[in-house]
Amino acid sequence: MTRFHVQLAAAAVLACLALAPLVLSPFSVTLMNYIGIYSLVAIGLALLTGVGGIVSFGQAAFVGIAAYATAWVSALNGQSPWLGLLFGVVLTCGVAAVLGIVTLRLQGHFLSLSTVAWGLAIGFLFGNVEGLGRFNGISSIPPISVGSFALVSSAQIYYLIWGIVALALLLGYNLLDSRLGRAMRALRGGNTLVESLGINAFRIKLATFVIAAFLASLSGWLYAHMSRFISPGPFDASMGIEYLMMTMVGGAGSLLGGVVGAAIVTLLKNSVQDYLPLIAKGASGQLEIVAFSALFILFLQWARQGIVPSIARYLPKIRRERPQPAPPLPRRPQPTPGELLLKVDGAERRFGGLVAVNNVSFEVRSGEILAVIGPNGAGKSTMFNCLTGALRVSKGEIIFAGRSIARDPQSRIAKAGVARTFQHVKLRPRMSLLENVMLGTHSRTSSGLFAGAFRLNQREEASARHEALMQLERVGLGDKPFELAGNLPLGNQRILEIARALAADPALLVLDEPAAGLRRQEKLRLAELLRSLRADHLTILIVEHDMEFVMSLVDRIVVLDFGSKLCEGVPSAIRSDERVQEAYLGGVA
Amino acid sequence: MTSDIAAILAIDGIATGAVYALVAIGTVLIFTVTRVIFIPFGDIAAFTALTLAALDAKRFPGTGALVVALACLATLIEVISLIRNGEIRLLPRALLFYLAIPLAVVGIAWLTMRMDPPLAVRLVLALMLITPIAPLLDRIVFRPIADGTVLLLLTVSVALHFALVGLGLLFFGPEGVRTEPLTSFSTEFAGVLVSGQTMLIVLAALVFSGLLYLFFDFTLVGKSLRATAVNRTGSRLMGIRPERAGTIAYLLGSLMAGVSGILIAPVNTVFYDSGFLIGLKAFVGAIVGGMTSYPGAAIGAVGVGILESFASFQSSALKDVIVFSLLIPILIWRSLASLHSEEEIEE
Repeated sequence: MTRFHVQLAAAAVLACLALAPLVLSPFSVTLMNYIGIYSLVAIGLALLTGVGGIVSFGQAAFVGIAAYATAWVSALNGQSPWLGLLFGVVLTCGVAAVLGIVTLRLQGHFLSLSTVAWGLAIGFLFGNVEGLGRFNGISSIPPISVGSFALVSSAQIYYLIWGIVALALLLGYNLLDSRLGRAMRALRGGNTLVESLGINAFRIKLATFVIAAFLASLSGWLYAHMSRFISPGPFDASMGIEYLMMTMVGGAGSLLGGVVGAAIVTLLKNSVQDYLPLIAKGASGQLEIVAFSALFILFLQWARQGIVPSIARYLPKIRRERPQPAPPLPRRPQPTPGELLLKVDGAERRFGGLVAVNNVSFEVRSGEILAVIGPNGAGKSTMFNCLTGALRVSKGEIIFAGRSIARDPQSRIAKAGVARTFQHVKLRPRMSLLENVMLGTHSRTSSGLFAGAFRLNQREEASARHEALMQLERVGLGDKPFELAGNLPLGNQRILEIARALAADPALLVLDEPAAGLRRQEKLRLAELLRSLRADHLTILIVEHDMEFVMSLVDRIVVLDFGSKLCEGVPSAIRSDERVQEAYLGGVA
Repeated sequence: MTSDIAAILAIDGIATGAVYALVAIGTVLIFTVTRVIFIPFGDIAAFTALTLAALDAKRFPGTGALVVALACLATLIEVISLIRNGEIRLLPRALLFYLAIPLAVVGIAWLTMRMDPPLAVRLVLALMLITPIAPLLDRIVFRPIADGTVLLLLTVSVALHFALVGLGLLFFGPEGVRTEPLTSFSTEFAGVLVSGQTMLIVLAALVFSGLLYLFFDFTLVGKSLRATAVNRTGSRLMGIRPERAGTIAYLLGSLMAGVSGILIAPVNTVFYDSGFLIGLKAFVGAIVGGMTSYPGAAIGAVGVGILESFASFQSSALKDVIVFSLLIPILIWRSLASLHSEEEIEE
């Protein structure tokens, strides 16, 4: 299957959608309108939950804010619905931005619970504010007019609704395939990786959150002017949960899943309403919600993935072409070989009463490979985390390229030219090798939200793609750039992490126990790769406890033991040092 | 606001908060043992009140039919899963626990009711009828996805709440109930009239949390529950079955929820859907305790009760808005106070 086939299929679906009002009964068209309106929220939620990993129970509140805003502007103040759209979108995105700034730093299920909290609070507000009709709602909302043509009947507003849905899908998929979209997709699975690539995770989360709220506000606007009447009911907490159901049923990772999920849930609810009275006369109203919830629970028990990803597995893969050569990305000025690059001066890190790193000082000169070694519990990983900004030093100074980085956050250290790998490999298993490496180019590229959504970023994207391919080739993984990273064996995953770090054009490469868990052949390959990087004048700092791996590779070694520096020197001197032997072997040798 | 009004509001808040505290402790109990944030506990509380009201009115409550239906469903699922795993020798046990005991409970309740029992017996009957519901729901709904993420479990739990609200309407009807006060005693305390019901609520909350504390610290079963909460795999290796620990946790939790339902029924009118807000506010209290600490949850729940009481004095329409808006700063504080490891977030 090629890109052309996908476009052909999309065109066919669009044609069917365009013809639908001519064929379907007015009732079915109304149903389609509801599906379209719910789809918009579900698409946003797929972006937020499936892609960004932020589960929100509160989207219905955003729909409600926009619906009430436009109703207030048009029905209560007699202005144009288009002014209502503007007011609704600005108000919703503003509220979302404020809520996001306050809550998006929360972790794990605290974040989801906060969405329950503000979802409920805003939901209660609609029914209780003077001037918004309280529980009676606001009626006689005017229809949307295009020029002098009012969209009154369901077939008329149908085209507006589905036009917006199609546009949202198109721009959404464009966005996901851009620099910002890759960063969004990387959010799932933790902040450490994202921050280590020079990406400000909080800003990406906030952007995703506001985009989802924006889509919800469009939905609210359409809803208000389609049904011409609003009350608090459709925006309460249960509707927020229903939107989440739609997203999960469709398949949370997929934008198209939002539309499919909205369609399935809406049609299912409709048929439950139709058929339940046949089974249980008189009790249908009560049983409806029971049947619906039971079906949802069954669905979550049997198909957690959702429908679209389950079907997509059986479709032929999209064939992609290898990236073409493109103008190179700008490179940072590299330090001259032999120059002082990193200086750690009296670094100390305490965890309560435990001193994990105690008064450690060493220097790294440009172009060398330095290893920090030590037995288990020597403080290597803590030292490493302090260097990369994952932890702050309690005392002491870390100077990189003439500037103190001891108090900088991870993303700033990364931007300054320190690229790292992880002891427990942190890749995005469902992204391709190429995309994983392209994540590394984030801080070297600049295109933003609009450039990504409207595909104005193609020159930069081509350069980034080509750069990523070159780095893959450099480390020897260039033969299958579209393979999923999760399918690689561990040894190659480590090497892929190095390619990703190289794509950031670092001045200093820091590797956290790169040989851990590798087989002998894999270790030899890794050592060879690191030597070839040194030949390209790259400076490398390795934290490792595998002595054999380190001895034959590095220029100098710093030995840590119980948090303090034991000694420092060339490998042969370290090998014969009695203190080191004692630390590693307990003094018998 | 005078100090008199403040005192009345405070006492009122403490009473409401004590009810939330019982549910909150149950919520923490279930969460630590099974990782399920069991939103439907509020429904269990409301159903208990409705059950008691039906018993008072000499009607057999819908809870009976609900228990029978759930027991049959749970038995069916358990039997199928046992046969599939080739563990036919465990069938009699399964039939006993999932079918015989719940049916016996309903049967006893039905027979006893004919004898026009006094209030104390009716209270026991209501609690007996309500306690099998949550363990049976656990078997039907949560056990097949016990390895899922907290968020998956939370989503399912919310869906379950909606199913229960629907069932509540079906089994209990739309009318609200208010049961007879358990005591007509009242006394003056610091110049404010305190009803015996209020004192009873606070007393019950204290007694039941005390009992729970004794259970956890001084019985082997209680210790095995704590072990499961700390580490499922580790306790499994020690011969504790997490499933069984879960069932016990659900039983205890629904007992607490049931008691709170009985206590609240004479004070507030309870409808089939009143449980949601009780459950959510208890849950807010549980979050204050970080979802792990029982005293923390109890203090948090009492705090929510007092807050609600003062908020409804200021603006009764907006009291829920105020309560849930204040949850956000609490969440931020809890999130900052708790250390999270990156690894728990799955791809």
